[in-house]
Amino acid sequence: MPKRSMRAAINDAIRLEMERDPNVVLIGEDVRGGAGGTGGEVEAYGGVMGVTKGLWTKFGSARVIDTPITESAIVGMAAGAAMTGLRPIAELMFMDFFGVCYDMLYNQAAKFRYMFGGHARTPLVVRGMMGAGFSAAAQHSQAPYNVFTAVAGLKVVVPSNPYDAKGLLITAIRDDDPVVFCEHKLLYGLSGEVPDEAYTIPFGEANYTREGEDVTIVALAAMVPRANAVADKLRKEGISVEVVDPRTTSPLDEEGILESVEHTGRLVVVDESAARAGIAHDIAALVASQGFHSLKAPIQLVTPPHTPIPFSPALEKAWLPDEARIEAAVRTAMAA
Amino acid sequence: MSAQPAPRAPGPDALAPPLLARAYRRMALIRAFEERLHVENTTGDVPGFVHLYAGQEAIAVGVCEHLGDSDYLGSTHRGHGHCIAKGCDVVAMMCEIFGRAPGLCGGKGGSMHIADLSKGMLGANAIVGGAAPLAIGAALTHKTKGSGGVAVAFTGDGGSNQGMVFEAMNMAVVLALPVLFVFENNGYGEGTGADYAVGSRSIAERAAGFGMPSVQVDGTDFFAVHAAAGEAVARARAGLGPSAIEAKALRWYGHYEGDPMNYRAPDEVARARAERDPLALFRARVAGRVPADELAGIDAQALAEVDAAVRTARAAPFPEPTALERDVYVAY
Repeated sequence: MPKRSMRAAINDAIRLEMERDPNVVLIGEDVRGGAGGTGGEVEAYGGVMGVTKGLWTKFGSARVIDTPITESAIVGMAAGAAMTGLRPIAELMFMDFFGVCYDMLYNQAAKFRYMFGGHARTPLVVRGMMGAGFSAAAQHSQAPYNVFTAVAGLKVVVPSNPYDAKGLLITAIRDDDPVVFCEHKLLYGLSGEVPDEAYTIPFGEANYTREGEDVTIVALAAMVPRANAVADKLRKEGISVEVVDPRTTSPLDEEGILESVEHTGRLVVVDESAARAGIAHDIAALVASQGFHSLKAPIQLVTPPHTPIPFSPALEKAWLPDEARIEAAVRTAMAA
Repeated sequence: MSAQPAPRAPGPDALAPPLLARAYRRMALIRAFEERLHVENTTGDVPGFVHLYAGQEAIAVGVCEHLGDSDYLGSTHRGHGHCIAKGCDVVAMMCEIFGRAPGLCGGKGGSMHIADLSKGMLGANAIVGGAAPLAIGAALTHKTKGSGGVAVAFTGDGGSNQGMVFEAMNMAVVLALPVLFVFENNGYGEGTGADYAVGSRSIAERAAGFGMPSVQVDGTDFFAVHAAAGEAVARARAGLGPSAIEAKALRWYGHYEGDPMNYRAPDEVARARAERDPLALFRARVAGRVPADELAGIDAQALAEVDAAVRTARAAPFPEPTALERDVYVAY
């Protein structure tokens, strides 16, 4: 099977779906890059991280739509287009920017179907990059998937590897509900086996990236490779760690998580989103209320501290959950 | 681009009598609907907030007479007039406003979220300024599919100050989208005068600054609105991009039903009713072309239709509890 980076896998998914369905359009600032100005390359960027490179050259300006820096109009236009027959993929660039356009997602797109009595369909994908690790500081490093997950009407995807990213994005584009697709910056360069053809991965089905007996780690996005590394290290010591990657936080594979904890009796949740009211807290509440009797130890949460994200690499490194903290949490769970 | 003088309204002679009657029928239906809701609301049986459109009928109808079901319309929290002008069924609208199961949204939306996608009505919208970004999306659909359709965003003077409306106007110009921005300046955003809150004073001038043709018209004059909208819609259908219209009128009721309106001069509404009643102005203009008894018949029929709608709505069942968790997603 060919190897691809997650960046290439995402590009692949968009290209295949745009070939398959003329209603799929890509909308965002610099998804092409190079429009206007004094000349230079005609497709200068292909997304600021190069994720959409080549798509404008292939599909042209009618379907790869470069916009001004105007997030409310990007997401609002995409929502209005989705409600009326297109399947837009709107790019937010950095997920942090949801703050300047949240109304269009939260009050509009997410609510059309319910608010209009089941008569609306809003096949919208809002994608963007998220996550710390690049010294991009407080306004370009957040992972706000917990905020989206709290909204009834949105679906939320947090892929952790290239194979999943491609399959989940194709599912997202074909889905008839609004989907927020969160791409972790630290993972764009991650390489993995990705088939050439289109394939889908259903939402709400967790992936067990490691199987184990003693403790369950539920981890998301960039935390999954870290949890896997901890599992591999501790296995050599005789601690058998199961790693569960939910892949989507809405819908959430509650059954898959509960089943794993029932099997291991211990739970560590690693979540980059927030120190309060994050996905870790949501999953902990799920297991505490529905899986309490299978627990042999208190649930351990590994999250960032309740602070904005610092700029200095020295501080950012301390902010983002790392393997040492995940390992310590597993040992605490095992010791109880 | 600065705001242009409004096109000289050709007046009633440009429209065939059946079209004049149709326009009047819609205006009369809006008037009857809103005046009746004003009364119904005092019974305590209308849940939530209600915002009435009376006084602005000529704007919705003057614009929507140029639209078909495949054209899209995004509305405001004061949306009943837009719904009726776009052809929504008044019985299903009334059921929705009373929170009943046969409502256009099954009772889940209410007055501020009435939608009928089959009529191109993309919803009343309780977020001030919310329709503009959505309408440019509907316009993008038409442009992408090459269908020749247009989208209209209704926004109030209050909404005209919202950043997302500015963003929508700029995007519409950049992408040359087939969209019309209609700013209904009814004098007040909630309890604050537009002369205070609209810094530029002229909404039309400000829209023109985004680089699109923009005019200011008398929103109580059906023929002025109709002429300006006709030009803008034709422009959009021809692929020439967006336009804006600022239509000035006064709302006859409060921001919401129950609003004490203590921010208005005591005689303001009475004067508007006496001097700038869009229906009375219309009747005067069409005298000789549409018989007075036909217009009176239309008035009577509108009252009867609204009365039947209220009776139906009051007798209609509330949604079943099973509806609570239905239709959050297409599939989850």
